[in-house]
Amino acid sequence: MKRREFLKAATVGAGAATAACAGNAHAIMRDPLEMPPQAVGMLYDSTLCIGCKACMVACKQANDVPVEHAGMDDLMYDTPLDISGSTYNVIKAYRNGTMEQKDREIDGFAFMKSHCLHCVDPSCISACPVSAMEKDAETGIVRHYPDRCIGCRYCVAGCPFGVPKYQYNDAFGEIAKCQFCSHLQAKGQMPACCDVCPTGASLFGNMDDIVAEAKRRLDAKPGDTYVFPRGKLGEDRPPHEATIPEYQPNMYGDNELGGTQVVYLSGVPFDKLGLPTEVPDYGYAAITEGIQHTLYQWLALPFILLTGLTFAVRKNTQQEHKGEEGKEAAKEDVS
Amino acid sequence: MSEHQPLGSKLLTKPFLFFATLALIGFAIIAYRFVFGIGAVSNLNDGYPWGIWIVFDVMVGTAFGCAGYAMALTVYVLNKGEYHPLVRPAVLAGLFGYTLAGMAVMVDLGRYWQFYTLLLPWYMQPNSVMFEVAVCVMAYTAILWIEFSPAFLERFGFKNLRQKLSKILFVIIAIGVLLPTMHQSSLGTMAVVFGHQLSTLWQTQLLPLLFLLSALMMGYAIVPFEGILASMGFRRVSETPLLGKLSRFMFVVLISYLVIRIGDLTLRGAWGYAFEGTLDAFMFWVEMALFVVPVFILLNKSNQTNTRMIFISALCLLAAGTVYRMNVYLIGYHPGSDWSYYPSMAELMITIGMFSFEVVLYLIFVKRLPVLHRAEAT
Repeated sequence: MKRREFLKAATVGAGAATAACAGNAHAIMRDPLEMPPQAVGMLYDSTLCIGCKACMVACKQANDVPVEHAGMDDLMYDTPLDISGSTYNVIKAYRNGTMEQKDREIDGFAFMKSHCLHCVDPSCISACPVSAMEKDAETGIVRHYPDRCIGCRYCVAGCPFGVPKYQYNDAFGEIAKCQFCSHLQAKGQMPACCDVCPTGASLFGNMDDIVAEAKRRLDAKPGDTYVFPRGKLGEDRPPHEATIPEYQPNMYGDNELGGTQVVYLSGVPFDKLGLPTEVPDYGYAAITEGIQHTLYQWLALPFILLTGLTFAVRKNTQQEHKGEEGKEAAKEDVS
Repeated sequence: MSEHQPLGSKLLTKPFLFFATLALIGFAIIAYRFVFGIGAVSNLNDGYPWGIWIVFDVMVGTAFGCAGYAMALTVYVLNKGEYHPLVRPAVLAGLFGYTLAGMAVMVDLGRYWQFYTLLLPWYMQPNSVMFEVAVCVMAYTAILWIEFSPAFLERFGFKNLRQKLSKILFVIIAIGVLLPTMHQSSLGTMAVVFGHQLSTLWQTQLLPLLFLLSALMMGYAIVPFEGILASMGFRRVSETPLLGKLSRFMFVVLISYLVIRIGDLTLRGAWGYAFEGTLDAFMFWVEMALFVVPVFILLNKSNQTNTRMIFISALCLLAAGTVYRMNVYLIGYHPGSDWSYYPSMAELMITIGMFSFEVVLYLIFVKRLPVLHRAEAT
C-alpha cells in the first residue's frame, strides 16, 4: 500500500471508530448493579440536623479513631474540617449571606453530614485491584479490608464523592472510610451516628423503609405536622413531632450514579451541600467495566491478537533468516 | 560475532558523576519516605492521591518506554527489517522506562509490603483496570529483560544459551507487542471511572484508544530523540537517513491520534470548554499545539532528512504526550475546590533521582554491553 493510501485508510478507520464510540455511553456499558434485596440504608434529613455533632463523637468512639486538631485551637476536643484518615464522618455547614434562616438557600444556612454513601454500583470496588473493597451481598455495605490493600489509592482518586482517605503521615498508613458500623450491626445494633442522633436526622433502616420514609416526607405538605422517627425505622424508640419543611422536590441518592444506600433530603439544593448533581443515573464503573469486558471477556481478543502476532513474528524472523545468510544468528532475534 | 558492540569508553565522566549524585540524593529521600511515610516527603493529599510519581514516572515514563514496543511492532510485525539496528537501543529504553516505573510504584504504594496480594488468585479483582495494568506491566517488564538478555549473554559469552533463546524469541517478541497494547490503553481506561471529576475536554470512552496511540507515538519519538543524542554525545555516525524514514510511522500514528481526538471532541460537543478562560483550556491548547506543530514539520518531505527537524518533531511529540497525560491525571482532574496539589521539593527530587538513575544505567549499559549498532553495520 502506498503511503498516501495508507494514511487515507488510517484516517477513515480512525474516524469510523470515533463515530461508533464517542458520546454513546450505553453502547459499551455493562448492566448496572441492582440494590441487594436485604439492603440496609440511612436517611440523612438535613432539615432535621441541628449541627450538634454527637454523630461525629459517637463515630470516633465506636470505631476507635483518634481525634483531630485542624487549625490553631488545640484545646477543642475534635475539630476535623473534612473526613480524613482518622475521621469517618463530619458535619459541615452551608452558609449564605446573612444566614438568617435555616434550610434556605439565600441568606440562610443548612447542615450536611459527609461520609460513605455505600453506592449500589461503587467505583471504589471496581477500581480496587485486590478486592480490598467489597460490597456485602446481603446488606450492601461497602467495606474496606486493610489486610489486602496495597495502598495504590485508586479508590481515593476514583470515588465520585471523595470518600476513601489515606493516612499519609503514617509510614504504614491505611485507607480509612465509614464501614457503616458493620461491627455493631453484626451484634444487632445500629450505626453509632444514627444511634445517638437526637432528632433522627440520621435515620437507620432497611433500604425499602428508608426510601418509603423519604417519599412520605416529600409527599407531605410543607407546614403540616409530621411524626419523625429516631434511631432505626420500625423500632420503638419515641419519635418527635415537627412541621414539614420546604424540601427540595427530590431525594438525593435514589438514582444518582446508580443509586446510593445513604439518601439525602434537604431544604437547599444538593450541590450547595457538596453533592455532585450533574451526574448520570448509572455508576461510572458500569462504563469502565463495559470497556474492560468488551476487550477482555474470556481473554478472547488478547488471545486472538497474540496468535496473530506470534505467526507474524515467526514468519518475519524466518524470512530474515533465509534471506540474509551469514547474519542469521543476529538477525533472527529482537536485539 | 554480534553486530552490536559496547562503546568501551571511560565510565567515570563528568555527566556520569553528576547524574549519579542526583540519583543518590533521590535514594536518600526514598529511604526517608519509607521511615516517615508518604506525607513526610510529598504534597500528595486525599484530593490528589496521585502526584508526579504516578503521573510522570508511571504514565509518562512507561510511554517513553514504548520505544521497544514501537520498534518490535515495526520490525517484527510489519516486517521492516531495515530498522533492525534501532531495536536493541529501543528495547533498552523500554527496559529502563518500565523498570523505573515499577520502582516509582513501590515508592508510591501506601502499603507496598502487601504488594503480593495482586498475585493471590483469591484476592485478584479482574474487573479492576488497575489489576490489568499492574499484572501487564509486571509481565512486560520481565519480557523486556528477556528481550534485552542477548546483550548480557553475548557480553559474557553464553553462546549456547544465546542460541537456545533465539529459537523461542519469536514468542517473547509477540507477547512483548501484545502486553503494551493492553496496558497502555488501560492507562487511559483508568481515568474513565473519574467521571465528572475529569474535565469534559478529556473525559471520553475513547481514552484507551487515545492513550494507546499516544504511547505508540511517544515510543516512535523516543527512538530518534535518543539516537540523535547518542550520536552527538558519543560522536558516532549519524543515523539520520534511517530515523527520517522511521518518522513516517510516527507521522501515521500522529495523524490517526489527531483525527480521533478532534473527532471525539466534536462529537461530544466539547469544544466550548476549550474557549473558557481556565487553566484547563490553556493547557488543552498547549497540548494541541505540541501535537499539531510536528504535523506541519513532517508534512514537508525535505524535513525528513534534516536531523534538526526530526529531533524537534520528536521532542514536540514527547512533550505532547507528556502534557496530555498530565492534563488527564492532574490538570483536568477536579476533586473539588478544597484541594490543590503542587509537588514538593523532596517529591520532585525523588522523580529527578530516579530519572538520573536511568541515565547512569544507560551510560553503563551502552559503554559496557553490546547495545549500540556497530558503525560499519549500519
